[in-house]
Amino acid sequence: MNLAKYLEILPKSLWVTTCNSGSCNGCDIEIVATISPRYDIERLGMKLVGTPRHADVLVVTGPVTKFMTEKLRRIYHQMPDPKVVVVVGNCGASGDVFYKSYNLDGPVDRIIPVDVYVHGCPPRPEAIIEGVAKAVLKLENLKASLEAKEEAVS
Amino acid sequence: MEKQYTIPIGPVHVGLKEPITAWLDLEGEKIVGATVRPGAIHRGIEFMARERNPIQVIYLAERICGICSFSHITAFVRAVEDAAGIPVPPRGQYIRALTLELERLHSHMLWAGVACYSIGFDSAFNLGMVLREKVMDVLEVLSGNRVNYGVGTIGGVRWDITPKVAAAVREMVKYYRAEFYPFYEIVTEDPIAHARMRHVGTLSYEDALRYGAVGPTARASGVRCDLRHSSPYEAYADFDVTPIVPQDYYGKAYGDVFDRFLVRVHEVYQSLDIVDKIMDGLPEGDIVWEKNATKVLLALKKAEGTGWSAIEAPRGDDSHVVHLAAGDENVTWWKVRAPTYANAVSWPVMFRENELADAPLIINSIDPCISCMERILTTDVGRGDQRLLTRKELLKMSREKTRRLMGK
Repeated sequence: MNLAKYLEILPKSLWVTTCNSGSCNGCDIEIVATISPRYDIERLGMKLVGTPRHADVLVVTGPVTKFMTEKLRRIYHQMPDPKVVVVVGNCGASGDVFYKSYNLDGPVDRIIPVDVYVHGCPPRPEAIIEGVAKAVLKLENLKASLEAKEEAVS
Repeated sequence: MEKQYTIPIGPVHVGLKEPITAWLDLEGEKIVGATVRPGAIHRGIEFMARERNPIQVIYLAERICGICSFSHITAFVRAVEDAAGIPVPPRGQYIRALTLELERLHSHMLWAGVACYSIGFDSAFNLGMVLREKVMDVLEVLSGNRVNYGVGTIGGVRWDITPKVAAAVREMVKYYRAEFYPFYEIVTEDPIAHARMRHVGTLSYEDALRYGAVGPTARASGVRCDLRHSSPYEAYADFDVTPIVPQDYYGKAYGDVFDRFLVRVHEVYQSLDIVDKIMDGLPEGDIVWEKNATKVLLALKKAEGTGWSAIEAPRGDDSHVVHLAAGDENVTWWKVRAPTYANAVSWPVMFRENELADAPLIINSIDPCISCMERILTTDVGRGDQRLLTRKELLKMSREKTRRLMGK
């Protein structure tokens, strides 16, 4: 399905929270660029929020250092269901240039389940927007299965 | 006496873009003491470099920090060139200086935007980010990338300034001369921005010297320090770069967050002047000492020695020391001292006597680049080991390490 289709079916405003788990900052400044007027994700109804408790999407950057493992897991568990995780940047997906470090527990998918990978070092803002939009489908599926479960209980 | 509370800020906090923890001791709303705990995103970059050759380390050095990526690779390749005695052609030096200035422009504008965001001035943040996109476009025209440019290499640079790039740079300078002033005016004339930033996070001249602050943080306290002025490198010797201190423009240096804002804004104008001079004086010739990477690696394999380099990154002086051993392809050891490490020491001083609500602003005011800072630290606290090292012990350990490295 193409990107336009994802955005057409966007059923709700996605609230996005970020967690830097040890990245070089490059992805984080591109995430800041996506909320700036040139790329402006707010026109698509997406918004960066400060707390994981309000968020639908968790954007993780960085290869997850040993110190951040527990924090990342806690942030993930603080988010309400249904939730999706988007990894931004190569190092979160595979370790990239940091692959031989002694202080990494990552990549991210060893710690928490990941739904969308956005590649690039760092990815362009357009790619980040596409990644978050792709998360919508997953979120809708999760929502449907949660609702079905609730009906079965009641 | 009022009861004291300790409030942790971070590692993940809405006001911070990078993980760092600060424990603030509060009496009511007032901060009376602060402890900063770094080490959250230590990745062991200097350790990894020992298994890679200098060309591979360039890409690692670029990813020390995404914002000052070119400063780090320039410092690294200059140290390698120093160790191996590799000359850089003049055109290569000029392009390096140009990219360094473009990086300073985008870094300072990003900081100015984020500072406005920290005080809740979102319209100024958006204005700053719109302005910043222009220099990102120029970097993209030059290198094809927005953040990690991959411009520098050992012995020169990889991309030349074509007429298309030159036109883009000229147009950018013209754009900023016209468009940057409204942003400056909106923030400095605003009484709320003034009230939120003036007399907040003050660092006096004496304290800036005592705690070894560098870069815009030190200059905002009135210290005239700028490596482009005091020890020029690359093409900077051809231009007259003077350190920007608030007392020259406003009569007095307060050393607060507002002064740090003003210093960075004036440095944007200074960078535009330097960019103009670079474009006027761009010499003809080669851009790199040797294009063939295999030949460069062969020359580096034969080289023996320790190279050193310090440059003025957007946040302060960034020093790299590299040792190469003859017959060994890899970097024997490499030490980076990033500016944030020097500046972070003065955080507890800045926090004192301020209000809790200003804490994220004060943390952001030195333009912290935590990822720069955290490469090789002993994080005993991370293992729950609360043993603190005294200064004597640290000195002893450092000397032992130096001897171990020298003996190798």
